[in-house]
Amino acid sequence: MQNNPVFRLAAKILFAPIMMFGLYVQFHGDYGPGGGFQAGVIIAAAFILHGLVFGLDAGRRLVSTKVNVVMMSLGVLLYGSVGVVSILNGGYFLDYTALTGDVAGGQHIGILLVELGVGLTVTSVMLALFHAFAGFVEDKS
Amino acid sequence: MTGLFINIFLMCLLVAIAVMVVRTGRLFAVIVMSGAYSLISAAFFVNLDAVDVAFTEAAVGAGVSSVLFLAAMAYLPAEEKPSTDNNLPALLICGIAGLLLVTAASHLPAFGDPDAPVHTHVAPRYLAESGDALHIPNVVTTVLASYRGFDTLGETIVVFTAGLGVLLLLTGMTRTRKHKSRKRDEG
Repeated sequence: MQNNPVFRLAAKILFAPIMMFGLYVQFHGDYGPGGGFQAGVIIAAAFILHGLVFGLDAGRRLVSTKVNVVMMSLGVLLYGSVGVVSILNGGYFLDYTALTGDVAGGQHIGILLVELGVGLTVTSVMLALFHAFAGFVEDKS
Repeated sequence: MTGLFINIFLMCLLVAIAVMVVRTGRLFAVIVMSGAYSLISAAFFVNLDAVDVAFTEAAVGAGVSSVLFLAAMAYLPAEEKPSTDNNLPALLICGIAGLLLVTAASHLPAFGDPDAPVHTHVAPRYLAESGDALHIPNVVTTVLASYRGFDTLGETIVVFTAGLGVLLLLTGMTRTRKHKSRKRDEG
């Protein structure tokens, strides 16, 4: 598929809108359908499209396995840290109201950060799965 | 009324696709049809007003998992091996399990029943108070991230662990071992 100009052009044109839509779903989860899980998959889909069209090596140059592992760990860490910070502020674990003191702000920030953590983990895990499956034989040989 | 007919139509399509998936031997066709199955499920969920679930189903089921299956299929033969074994015990087990499921399903509350346990437990409280108490308009998000933040943390850790497991099994995430052996060679 690497040498087909139609695919290459389509991938180049589609990459940014897919990312944009993913970010919209990520940060608009409070108001409409969506959230970290869906946004993570959509953003991963943009990178997978890039990997499918430009080849696995180009995809791995864009996001290496190392970056993936760091990102997926960071996501879980971010989620857990929100809980720990709310304990430090005198609330319960994952009690977002304790983050800022008032309900409206605390819940908003807490949910936003937690969803960001979910999104980071899901994006990088999906991408890592794709790279792992698509590059299985190449890695072994 | 139209909603009901659309639901029945989508259900029939799902059953038809499931039968086709079982009957065909070509793996590529199976993957494409399971993608179509997910897409129709998503339409079904939209019809049931479960937009968030539909979104997830369309993105994960029809999108990413089809791509992952296709990537995995590259290492498999294109045709399923025709089965020559005697399938009678399997048929018996499937029949009994199916019968049990149908019996259990007949005791479930009717579709859309307002007195069903799921609609009388905590759901009314979530729906009534989450808008005013938490100031987030989307109830699904508040239930997912705030009321049930622990569950979602667990789910995220499950996704993380699954990713790590696949990386360990399939890719060259064995750098430590290589490094050690190189050290041993040098030393």
